[in-house]
Amino acid sequence: MADLVTPAERRRLYTLLSPAYLWLMVAVFLPLSAMLFFSFLTDMPQDAPDWGVTLGNYAEFLSNPTYGTLMAKSLKLAVTVTLFCILIGYPCALVLAKSIKGRAREALFLMVILPFWSNSLVRIFSWAIVLRGNGVLERAINWVLPFDVRLNLMFTTDAVVIGLVHSYLPYVILTSYLALQAVDDDLIDAARSMGASKLTILRRILLPLSLPGLLAGAVLVFVPVVGSFMEPRILGGRMGTYYGTVIEDQFVAVYNWPLGAALSFILLAVVIVILAAASPVLKRAQT
Amino acid sequence: MTRSPLVLIGKIWLALILVFLYAPILVMAAMSFNASPFYQLPFQFSTDWYAKMAGNQQIIAAAIRSVLIACATTAIATVLGTAASVALFRYDFPGKRILQVLLFPPIAIPWLITGTAMLVFFFAIGIGRGTPAVLIGHVALALPYVIVTVSARLSSFDVTLEEAARSMGANAWTVLSRVTLPWIAPGIVAGALFAFAVSFDQFVVSYFLSEPGDSTLPVLIYTAIRKGFTPEINAISTIIVTVSMAVMFLAARFSKFGGSR
Repeated sequence: MADLVTPAERRRLYTLLSPAYLWLMVAVFLPLSAMLFFSFLTDMPQDAPDWGVTLGNYAEFLSNPTYGTLMAKSLKLAVTVTLFCILIGYPCALVLAKSIKGRAREALFLMVILPFWSNSLVRIFSWAIVLRGNGVLERAINWVLPFDVRLNLMFTTDAVVIGLVHSYLPYVILTSYLALQAVDDDLIDAARSMGASKLTILRRILLPLSLPGLLAGAVLVFVPVVGSFMEPRILGGRMGTYYGTVIEDQFVAVYNWPLGAALSFILLAVVIVILAAASPVLKRAQT
Repeated sequence: MTRSPLVLIGKIWLALILVFLYAPILVMAAMSFNASPFYQLPFQFSTDWYAKMAGNQQIIAAAIRSVLIACATTAIATVLGTAASVALFRYDFPGKRILQVLLFPPIAIPWLITGTAMLVFFFAIGIGRGTPAVLIGHVALALPYVIVTVSARLSSFDVTLEEAARSMGANAWTVLSRVTLPWIAPGIVAGALFAFAVSFDQFVVSYFLSEPGDSTLPVLIYTAIRKGFTPEINAISTIIVTVSMAVMFLAARFSKFGGSR
């Protein structure tokens, strides 16, 4: 590492850094600031020359109970999905990190993580194929069970939860696995040699030491689920109206961009509060 | 932990999760080879849907656009991201910590927010919707991934190697091309593959930024799903999943080799 002493070095630093950061500035940070600005407008300047400044878009959020209800619905969905991801994913990470060794562990870990990097839209679509009435899942169950079962899962909240858990489960497994892997096996052996049961080892050693990783995974699931709109649209049908879908509507169907900007910004505020509350945990998880 | 019923239960649990993760994708892929347009069983093998898909001009055009945008994103994000990583690694300067923290928002903020913000801003400054807007957005989303991946590789780089080369008379360019770049190459390759995947799989930002009739594959699929879909969509979806899983598999291999060498 070098301190900047000569003008030539300073120039080299700017040449290397500025393209990437200018790009991020133009494509991410200016848009976010612009959105805050537009959320206080009556109309978009390019549509109406007589646009004005107003607090009306935020007043709309406060006065119309629909938005608050949908925000609560989205938060509840995020809590549900996060809990399922933890309950399903943490034991899985535990098995991967502590009872499977060597090449098998590497291969299985890669297999768990791989779907996460494939197209999320396509994976939600695949659930639409599986869950649809008289679809593969219903047929499979009816083939095993002697009596007729009608699941009718498609276009329900359950379908949305299943799809979202499928989408974000690998996050929890990834972060928990990394945290659990860092726990020294000697610590576990020492506890066992002193007569600790498996449950005690889990409760007193593994869980506390991997908690930062688990919580980091939970945040990484929670935040995008609050803002999800594509999953509820495809799997939820008429039940699939959430805060995210209302924002989508403002931009692609209703064309009330200032209101959409205000709703987006309120969502961003919620996200920032969640991230800020979790940031001590996230920082600990990094190390 | 040794063999015990608990371990067995754990392994069964892991197996069930793998079934949960892969079964729907496999069902979708199987249905793309099923003759019935209404997803009826029994299964009858047919490649008709792939033939139909290949003849669908809209799908082909969107596929070409997706691949081109992903390649352009990869090229731009890899070059800019690698340059920034080298600068962040090489120099100490005031505000460095802030620059590193600034990489976090594009990854952490839900794409719905970033996408709608880009839409509003690009209209305000006159870029509007369309392929250039999509490309600008994709590069911005891919950059943090490249910088993080290349920086991770750089952190294991021994600066004394450069000093050694320089002391033996190598100039700045030779040091860069013969010492530094070969060392971080696995990180750059992994970063490039991440960038490709981020762009190729990106739906939300493309959805808000693309012009109707001028869309990328995921946007086309979303529109098709909502209008009522046919197994043609399964066929193209199967191809997409295969491509992106292959890319990520390679990325995982490269970043692992990067760590162990």
